[in-house]
Amino acid sequence: MTAQNVGEYAMENGQEKQRLNIFWARGILVLGVVLAFLSGLAPHSAHALLRIDITQGNVDPMPIAVPDFSGVSESDKQIGADVARVIGANLERSGLFQPLDPRSFIQKDLDFTSTPRFGDWRLIQSQALITGQIVGDGQGRLRVEFRLWDIFAEQQVVGFAFETTPENWRRVAHLVSDAIYERLTGEKGYFDTRVVFIAESGGKGNRIKRLAIMDQDGANPSFLTDGSYLVLTPRFSPTTQKITYMSYFSGLPRVYLFDIESGQQEVLGDFPGMTFAPRFSPDGNGVVMSFERDGNSDIFTMNLRTREVKRLTQDSNIDTSPSYSPDGSQIVFNSDRGGSSQLYVMNADGSNIRRISRGKGRYSTPVWSPRGDLIAFTKQYQGRFFIGVMRPDGSGDRVLSEGYHAEGPSWSPNGRVLIFFKETPSIDETGRGYSTKLWSVDLTGYNERRMSTPGDASDPAWSPLIQ
Amino acid sequence: MSHMSLKLAGLGAIMLALSACASSDAGGPAPGSAEEFQVNVGDRVFFDFDQYNLIPSAQATLDRQAAWLAQYSNVTILVEGHCDERGTREYNLALGARRANAVKDYLVGAGVDGSRVQTISYGKDRPAELGSNEAAWAANRRGVSVITAGAGS
Repeated sequence: MTAQNVGEYAMENGQEKQRLNIFWARGILVLGVVLAFLSGLAPHSAHALLRIDITQGNVDPMPIAVPDFSGVSESDKQIGADVARVIGANLERSGLFQPLDPRSFIQKDLDFTSTPRFGDWRLIQSQALITGQIVGDGQGRLRVEFRLWDIFAEQQVVGFAFETTPENWRRVAHLVSDAIYERLTGEKGYFDTRVVFIAESGGKGNRIKRLAIMDQDGANPSFLTDGSYLVLTPRFSPTTQKITYMSYFSGLPRVYLFDIESGQQEVLGDFPGMTFAPRFSPDGNGVVMSFERDGNSDIFTMNLRTREVKRLTQDSNIDTSPSYSPDGSQIVFNSDRGGSSQLYVMNADGSNIRRISRGKGRYSTPVWSPRGDLIAFTKQYQGRFFIGVMRPDGSGDRVLSEGYHAEGPSWSPNGRVLIFFKETPSIDETGRGYSTKLWSVDLTGYNERRMSTPGDASDPAWSPLIQ
Repeated sequence: MSHMSLKLAGLGAIMLALSACASSDAGGPAPGSAEEFQVNVGDRVFFDFDQYNLIPSAQATLDRQAAWLAQYSNVTILVEGHCDERGTREYNLALGARRANAVKDYLVGAGVDGSRVQTISYGKDRPAELGSNEAAWAANRRGVSVITAGAGS
């Protein structure tokens, strides 16, 4: 039924070929294999019926059934239940799906190798069904197989198998979630990703801040620094397991590079003043950041290989929070050169600076979407803070979230979701009531929700899809 | 009972002795001490929202700091620039640097050798007041001159 030949595997309907996907992550090989369609029920791929339009903001999430994946051994059964739970939670959190209560399921005797009884699933209003099984080989390898079914068309939409080790089950659940999301929305998923952020603890007046990382669903949080020095504004490399961030490690505020796999960190450059607000270039080979000298902040780039530094802005105003366009040709940043903080775009060599923000208020922390079509920002206006987006020419300015304090959006790698942080105000002079949490919101402005973090958190940045 | 009151009387005497130690003979902080700088000179100046120009009261404080630094010429300072919480982090790091540098420039203009004055920005990350109101924000928009060496004790 399944094919595991290395290289290309042709689906049985012959219309579509899909390459074997091989993922390396933290030293673990994950094999992805396309599963053949059962009993010739291949979909007419050009007319896939089951589809979610994600461009309008989803008012009616698609009802989907995610029963526990089956398994023979007790440990495989447990992993099967865990995998289904993580997939269901991912899909639910996206706001596009409504996983159905397993107690409503009529068909209890699902067999992964045969077609489900579609009528049973239609009865409970399910539009899609995910079936799966866990096959452990008893020698430390695990095969996770799944199929996505279109209940109304009565056909399999997609099927995959992943091979990995048992401790990696959660990652496989994210890969399955991404495959389902991609198939039903037509866009890349973002579940097999991580978020780097600043974990906060202690009182408002003596905050302990630590560089931290977790899966996008809040699982596997870990601290990368010990809190003995202030760290701020981490960003993921788009191409490597590296983070750039700002640290007061030596007592001097400087931009650092942190290698997640080795734990090594190094200061970037030998500048006489503060360096801050770093972001990687889209190819991962450079960092753009601000350098402050005699009180004045300008924007520089550093080539990470040659360590060559180039100055991009020269004026006497605050220029900071630079962010590259995904093609690397332009940089958006904020500057107070017009009297208050506003957004500007320049060519990557510093030429042709033009203002793009035109609305009322102060604009800052611009971040170019990985799709290139939008720039997300923080806006301050009349005592409130807003997270919004605009097109790179400044048109289409609209708000996605607001609050007493909202700041620092970062894009999901598919450019559909933004994460940022929100603070609540102190209710007294001791700082009581103050908190800072991570939130996400869909590009459409729908589906705003808090992200799970261990304690308070700020300055989130989304990883690319894990390579 | 009488034993207890004796003990209390003894404690009172110790406390009197301690407070005598903490003060100079003149009853204030010791001349040339960090405490004197904070209490009598004034270690901080305040800024308007999103501004780094020195308002008249800030200039008066810095004139006193410059005079004190002229008197105690071994003292070196670190000027910390701070912001209120009503701004974004990176912008506030830049604004804090502006404020710290405005203080330094003024002190240098008033005759303090620039090599004695370092600057650092903490942006909004080290608030002095913890409330979320105008008074707390005004107190947090500040430049603080911290003595790093050379002061008496």
